[in-house]
Amino acid sequence: MARHLSGRFEVLRHRGGPGDETAHSQLRREWEQVMASGGWIGLGWPRAHGGRELPVSLQVAFHEEYARAGGPGRMGHIGETLLAPTLIDFGTPEQQQRFLPGIREGTAFWCQGYSEPGAGSDLAAIRTRCWLEGGQWHLQGQKVWTSLAHESEWIFVIARSTPGSVGREGLSFLLVPLDQPGVEIRPIRQLTGEAEFNEVFFDDACTAAECIVGAPGEGWKVAMALLGFERGLSTLGQQMHFSHELQLLVDATRARAVDRDPAIRRRIADAWIGLRTLRANALRIFARGEAAVGPEALVYKYAWSNWHRDLGELAMDVMGTAGDLQAQDDPLRRLQQVFFFSRADTIYAGTNEIQLNLIAERGLGMPRG
Amino acid sequence: MSAVLTEEQRALQETAAAYLASHANARESRDGDQDLWQGIAELGWAAVIVPEAFGGLGLGLAEAAVLLEESGRQLSRSPLFASVVLAHPLLVRCATDPACRRLLPAMAEGRCTATVIAGPGLSPFVAAAGLDIQARRDGDGWVLDGLAGQVLDGDTADMALVVARLAEGGMGLFEVAAGLAGVTCNPLEAWDLTRPQAGWQLDGVRLAAEARLDSPGALDDGLCGALAATAVLLAAEQVGGAARCIELTVAYTRERQQFGRPVASFQAVKHRCAQMMVHLESARSALGSALAASSGAALDEIAVARVQAAEAYRFCAAEAIQLHGGVGFTWEYDPQLHFKRAQWGRQWFGTPDAWRAAVADSVLGQTPDTRHHGAQHAAGTRARR
Repeated sequence: MARHLSGRFEVLRHRGGPGDETAHSQLRREWEQVMASGGWIGLGWPRAHGGRELPVSLQVAFHEEYARAGGPGRMGHIGETLLAPTLIDFGTPEQQQRFLPGIREGTAFWCQGYSEPGAGSDLAAIRTRCWLEGGQWHLQGQKVWTSLAHESEWIFVIARSTPGSVGREGLSFLLVPLDQPGVEIRPIRQLTGEAEFNEVFFDDACTAAECIVGAPGEGWKVAMALLGFERGLSTLGQQMHFSHELQLLVDATRARAVDRDPAIRRRIADAWIGLRTLRANALRIFARGEAAVGPEALVYKYAWSNWHRDLGELAMDVMGTAGDLQAQDDPLRRLQQVFFFSRADTIYAGTNEIQLNLIAERGLGMPRG
Repeated sequence: MSAVLTEEQRALQETAAAYLASHANARESRDGDQDLWQGIAELGWAAVIVPEAFGGLGLGLAEAAVLLEESGRQLSRSPLFASVVLAHPLLVRCATDPACRRLLPAMAEGRCTATVIAGPGLSPFVAAAGLDIQARRDGDGWVLDGLAGQVLDGDTADMALVVARLAEGGMGLFEVAAGLAGVTCNPLEAWDLTRPQAGWQLDGVRLAAEARLDSPGALDDGLCGALAATAVLLAAEQVGGAARCIELTVAYTRERQQFGRPVASFQAVKHRCAQMMVHLESARSALGSALAASSGAALDEIAVARVQAAEAYRFCAAEAIQLHGGVGFTWEYDPQLHFKRAQWGRQWFGTPDAWRAAVADSVLGQTPDTRHHGAQHAAGTRARR
């Protein structure tokens, strides 16, 4: 890793990922192929599908080392960690042979078409329609908050295939090429001024009849299984990024000579304690294995996203008035990104409020409202 | 304790849960429940940390943590805390072999209970100057003087292990039996009835040479290490207490009806309960890491467990009162007992803020203000490597 992250790839260290997704995107695409040539994509996939079938412990170790070395935010992770396991479990042999090689070789990039303007926390309220006509699937509707759509060739979509159906029934899971007249991608400018998310419009977009995963009407099952594959193997990698950010903050504290301020010291200690707790929590998840989802897994998203938000606030308080200005140098810029982007951390992938509902209902058995 | 309990630990947990629940005694008189301690001794729990060479079970902190979590859940009132998880680790780490051989077998059988005097609040960051008892040589023996204002189980323990400041410099560990000439014990009225305290006044207490227990140099690192080990077990007790607060609150709000529906179905109530669970599971994860590393845990690891558990317990106890509504404020319901014990536990074995300061020293370097306890901190870190 350290050897490859050099030369023209040197600038990628600690770049990319949520909050910094627009950084060096072309170079990061090329980096995916460097990863692929080293055999670092598909570590956990079965050998039959071109993976290395590594046990969880080694995959975790890889993610941790990758992040420790400052490996850039991955462009291909949606394909590698979400779609590929879904195809391996639910796809046809033809789908597996067609789509897995591009993901493993770092040449095919995917995005996720789940959320819609009217279907955020209430995902089952999907209105995008699809129907089979003339030997292909047609799509009409809109997706939103689609990360990396502008960098992707394909999107996987859940859409309503049974007219008049409501909720989780009557949905289908489709694989749709983005480069076609019926698809329009519009970037969403977010509060940081950058655009990492998109709206994706389908106006009679098409895909081949065989590009459906699972049976028509079983899309919800496939879509939920896909979310289940996000088992957080990269969690320790994420924590290494957090650890890097905390170190930047400690450096900033010294540079601004507030490292003797008792209030700042206390907050830094809390941040450090919080991060170590996240790590302990993640290790507990892995120790439990795949047998069951324990309470620690249920609270994890809420815990990390709120920790990260607090870290951003502390960073800005350390910067003082200098934080008013858009920093040009990398470390401070990164900390400012943490402050602003972490407002999204407690919204995407289940808002704080949804997380607390899940904890109360699934973790504590409290009644649904 | 790793993230998941072993078979043996789970069996121990089940036995402890069943036994302690049948002897819930948090509201009983100062004398406590003699049967409870008798039973604990018969189950062998008084021997849990004591090495086999001294008549104990030689189990680890992880097994002690299982017991403490259950006794925390039941708010048990017994010598388990002061004797088993405070006094025993100090002897094991700091006393000479002959002293251990003489004292520990009776303690492991529960026939002799003990407590520790080592400065206000039993902080692991204490230095000799912070100790409240002084010892000077007297012929072959020693004479001890001073006032220990608040001693845990001070009115019931058979003896105190006293860490004293030596007139000649340094620290020494002494065995002082309750009722010895010159020892005056004054029972105190504590808010937390489950953690009785007494003042110990020592006026010219004469001790024979063998009452000095420590092996040379052992206290320099060992005192901090022993008190830090107790801090981890306190964290285990607090995790148990916090878990109980959530159970009580969920059960109560499911039963309590207002506006024609269970209070537990209101989102405002659910979210508070969920936040209790976030605190609890964070503390439980941190505790697991501290215990997994306990044979070689740096103080930093212990700090994480100590801070998370102390904060989780007070948060959960306070929320339990709030979410029980009016009855949560009454004597008859349990939340008040947890609230008091949670508050008690913040002040002993290093306050959460003292532990945070130690972490800040480790992350940011020391400042002139913090150099003193930082030095202790570094020493303690070395001790467990």
